Amino acid sequence: MHLAHYLGLLHRAQLNLADAFRQVGAAHQDEPDVFHLCQQQAKRCDGFAELLRPFAARYAEEAPAEPDRLHSELFGGTRSGGIGLLRDLQDLYLMAAECDICWTVVGQAAYGARDRDLLAVVRRCEGETAMQLKWLRSRMKQAAPQALVVAE
Amino acid sequence: MVDRIADPWGPRTPYGAGQDWPVRVDTFLDGDLRAEDVDRWVQSASILHSNGDALDIAVKDGRIVGVRGRAVDRVNRGRLDPKDLYGWQANHSPDRLTRPLVREGGQLVETDWDTAMGRIVARSKELLDGPGGWGHFGFYTTGQLFLEEYYTLGVLGKAGLGTPHMDGNTRLCTATAAAALKATFGADGQPGSYADIDHCDALAIWGHNVAETQAVLWMRMLDRRRGPNPPAMLAADPRSTAVTREADVHLPIRNGTNMALLNGLLREVIRNGWYDEAYVAAHTLGFEELSRTVDGYPPERVAEICDVPASDVRRAAELLGGSRRLLSTVLQGFYQSNQATAAACQVNNLHLIRGMIGRPGAGVYQMNGQPTAQNTRETGADGDLPGLRNWDNPDHIAELARLWNVEPEIIPHWAPPTHAMQIFRYAEQGSIKLLWISATNPAVSLPDLSRIRHILRQPELFVVVQDLFLTETAELADVVLPGATWGEKTGTFTNVDRTVHLSEKAVDPPGEARADLDIFLDYARRMDFRDRDGRPLIGWATPEEAFEAWKECSRGRPCDYTGLSYDRLRGGSGIQWPCTDAQPDGTERLYVDGVFPTDPEVCETYGQDLATGAEFLADEYRAKQPGGRAFLHADEYRPSPEVPDEERPMLLTTGRTVYQFHTRTKTGRAPQLNAAAPDVWVELNPIDAERLGIGEGDLVGIASARGAVQARARLSGIRPGVVFLPFHYGWFDQDPADRTPRAANELTITAWDPVSKQPLFKVAAVAVSRLADGGGVPSPAPTVGGSAPVVSGVPATVGGPAAEATSHAGGE
Repeated sequence: MHLAHYLGLLHRAQLNLADAFRQVGAAHQDEPDVFHLCQQQAKRCDGFAELLRPFAARYAEEAPAEPDRLHSELFGGTRSGGIGLLRDLQDLYLMAAECDICWTVVGQAAYGARDRDLLAVVRRCEGETAMQLKWLRSRMKQAAPQALVVAE
Repeated sequence: MVDRIADPWGPRTPYGAGQDWPVRVDTFLDGDLRAEDVDRWVQSASILHSNGDALDIAVKDGRIVGVRGRAVDRVNRGRLDPKDLYGWQANHSPDRLTRPLVREGGQLVETDWDTAMGRIVARSKELLDGPGGWGHFGFYTTGQLFLEEYYTLGVLGKAGLGTPHMDGNTRLCTATAAAALKATFGADGQPGSYADIDHCDALAIWGHNVAETQAVLWMRMLDRRRGPNPPAMLAADPRSTAVTREADVHLPIRNGTNMALLNGLLREVIRNGWYDEAYVAAHTLGFEELSRTVDGYPPERVAEICDVPASDVRRAAELLGGSRRLLSTVLQGFYQSNQATAAACQVNNLHLIRGMIGRPGAGVYQMNGQPTAQNTRETGADGDLPGLRNWDNPDHIAELARLWNVEPEIIPHWAPPTHAMQIFRYAEQGSIKLLWISATNPAVSLPDLSRIRHILRQPELFVVVQDLFLTETAELADVVLPGATWGEKTGTFTNVDRTVHLSEKAVDPPGEARADLDIFLDYARRMDFRDRDGRPLIGWATPEEAFEAWKECSRGRPCDYTGLSYDRLRGGSGIQWPCTDAQPDGTERLYVDGVFPTDPEVCETYGQDLATGAEFLADEYRAKQPGGRAFLHADEYRPSPEVPDEERPMLLTTGRTVYQFHTRTKTGRAPQLNAAAPDVWVELNPIDAERLGIGEGDLVGIASARGAVQARARLSGIRPGVVFLPFHYGWFDQDPADRTPRAANELTITAWDPVSKQPLFKVAAVAVSRLADGGGVPSPAPTVGGSAPVVSGVPATVGGPAAEATSHAGGE
C-alpha cells in the first residue's frame, strides 16, 4: 500500500507551506493584512500537519520503499516590493494548490482504505486549504493592477 | 433653563411600550437672545454625530445665532445633543480658512481659486497621461459631507478618472456595519427603525457607548427605562459608562473577545430552544454550521476567554432568550476590534434565529459613527459602487455605464475598491501620487500616526486638503481648499435608520470658502471629463440637480430615493428610504416579510470568508441558492494580532466623550464643549492605579510598539488591565513649541478586519507608567459618562451660565 507516501508528501507540503507563509509574512510586514493573515494561515497549516501525523505513522508500517522524486521544491525564498509581493503570493498559491490536490488524492485513498477517521480529517482540511487558495487569489487580484500597470 | 454640559441628556419624558415618544424641544440661542429675536429659522439636521437629529438654524442679521430641535421629526422629536446645541459656534471661529493656500518654498501661502485649482488640474492631467494613470489618484473623504457631494465625487472618480482608490474615513467608523449588513442580508441598509425603541421589551447594547455617541438615541432609551413596563437591558463593554451603569446585566469583557462572547450566547439560545425554528427554516441559510460552531463555547469557556463570570453569561443569554421584542445596537467596541465583521454578524444571527427582525420592537441597529456615513456608503464615495451595486456583477456595472453614458471598462470593477489603509500604503510606496483629502483629518485619526505623518510629508506625494480649518493634516498639504460647511450650503443626508433630511443654506460661507459640491464640480469642469457622446460627464450644477441625478442612480436599488424630492423633505419630518411612488411615505422597517436582498441579481456582494476576506465568485454564490434567505455566518474566536505581554502588559482602547467629535475640528472651537473636555486624559482602574502608584491627576506615560503619549490619570470604572484614551486630541491647539504627544493614535496598531478593512483601534498592547505627580489637581476628564471618577473630590463638569439652554416637554 502506497498511501503512506502520499501522506508523507502532503505532510511535508503542509509544513513547507507553513514555513513559506511565515517567511512571506515576515518579508512583507509593511502589508499588515498579508503579515497577519500569513501568520494565521501558517498556524493553520501546522495544525493540518499535526492532524496527519498519526495516519502517516500508522500507514508507514505497511509501506514499501519511497518512490523517486516524490517531493517537489516550490519555494526559493521571498522577494520585496510590489511585484515581489505578487510573486511571493503566487508561490504560496502554487504550494497551497499542491496541498489542495494532495488532499483530493489522499481523500480518494481514504475511501479505498475504508478509513473514516482519515476521511474526516481530509473533509475538514481540504475546505480550509481551498479557502487559503481563494484568499491568495483575492489578494493577488487586488494587488496586480497597481503593481503591474501603475507602479514605476 | 438647563445646563446641558452638566446634564448632556436633559430632563426625562418617560413613556411606555407602544406609546409615542413625547415631544421635548431643546433650544440654545446666543447670549440673551430669545426666539422672537430670530429673523429666520432654517431647516437642517445634526452634522456632529450619526443620529440624524432634525433642527432649525436660527439666523439673525445674516449670522447663525443658535439652534432648535424640530418637534415634528420622527428621529428626535425636538431634542438635541449638546454637541449640536453649542457646536454651531465653530462656524464663526476667527481661524476659518477663507482663501485657498498653496505651498511655496515650504510654506503655505494664500492664493486665489484659479491658482489653487490650476495646480491640482495641472498635476492631475500630467498623472493621467499614460497607461495606468488612474492608479496615481487616491481620494480620502469623510462621513460629514452631503449626499450630493459624495455622489459627484463618486462619479468623477469612477467614470472620470476611473480609479478604485476612493474611500471615506467611514472606513474607521462604519465600514463594519456595512460589511455585516451585506454579509448577512445581501445588501447594506438598516433593518430597523428608531421607533423600535418605543416597542422593545429588551435592549442589547454591544460595544456601544450610545449615551455619548448618540445622546438623543440614549434619551429615547432612558425615557423608556423610566416609563411603565421598561425594557430589560444588557450591555457589553470593558468600560463603565452611563449605559453599563443603567444596564440590568453588564458584561465588562476583555477587549477583543466579542466573538467568543457571542458564540457562547448563541450556544445558550440554541441549546435552550429559545430560537424560532420556523423562521430559521423559512428565512435563513447556515443554521447547522452555526450550531456546530457555537456549541464549542459553553459559558465556562466564554468566562475564561472574556474574563467575566459564567453565571453572568447565562443571565445575559436568559435576558436575550426570554425577550419577545429584542432590539440590538452595535458600534465601535465590535467594529474596531479583531473579528469585527464576524462579531457584528453574530448579532445579526441572534436576531435571525430568534425571528427578531422586521417588526415593531424587534430590530438591529448596526450603527454609524458619523452624520452622513450612510451616504458615503450609498453613493460610492467610500469605494462601494453607487446604489449599493455589486462590483463583481457585470450587469450592475452595465447599469452604471448606461446611466453615466460611459464605457463600462472605465468603471473600476476588477477587484474590490481600495480601502483607506491600502490607499495610504500605495501612497507610502509612491504609486499613488495625488492624494485628495476632503473634510477629514488622518494626521490625527488614522492608526500609527508617525507613519501617517511620514507618508503625508513625502515630497513626491501631492496632497490636496479640503477643510474648514488648517487642521493637522492641512498643515502637511500642497494645496488647501477652504470649504463651506453645514449652514453655509444646501444638501441632504441620511442617518442610521435610513431617515433622509434636507439641510438648507442659512448664511453665506466666510470669505472665498466654497461648498464642497462646487469644488468637485469645478474640478470636473477643469478636467473636462466627458461622456461617450462628448457631453460633460457631470451635467448638474446645483445640489438639487445632483439629488435628482442621484435619484436615478438609486432607482430600483434597495436604497431607492425616487419618491423623495427637496420639496417633500421641506417642512415636515425626515423620510426613510426606500421611498418610491409606490411607497411615497418611505419605509419604516426593512424585511417585514423575511425576504432579504440576497438574490444573485440584486445582492451587493457575493460574499467573503470572514476569517480571511477571501472573495466568493458569482457561481459559488449562486450555488448556495439563497433565494431571499439571509446568511447565518459562523466563525471561531481568534485572539487579536496584538495581545499584552511582559513588556507591554496592558490593553489600550480608544473612544469618545459626549462633548467632542472626532479630532475637535469644530467641537474644540465651541467654548462650552471645549471647556467640558479641554485636554486628553487616560482612564485606569483603581486596582491598576494602585499597583503602578498612580493617583487621580498624576501624569502618566502610555507606550506601545509604535509610540508614546502623556496624559493625566482619571481613576474610573474601566476593567482592570485596560486603559482608555479619548482619540480627539491632536496638536492644532497645542503650543507649537511644546507639542507633547497626546494623540491616542500615536499608539494604535496598523491592522484591520479582513472583511470590513476597519482598523483595530480597540486592541493595542501598552506599557503604562507614572511620570509625575498631579499635585492633587484632577485630570481634565469630564465627570460625566465613561470618564466618571470613582474617587471623591473631583469637581463635577458643568457649563455654567454660558451653557444655559432650554428644554420644553410637549413643545415650545
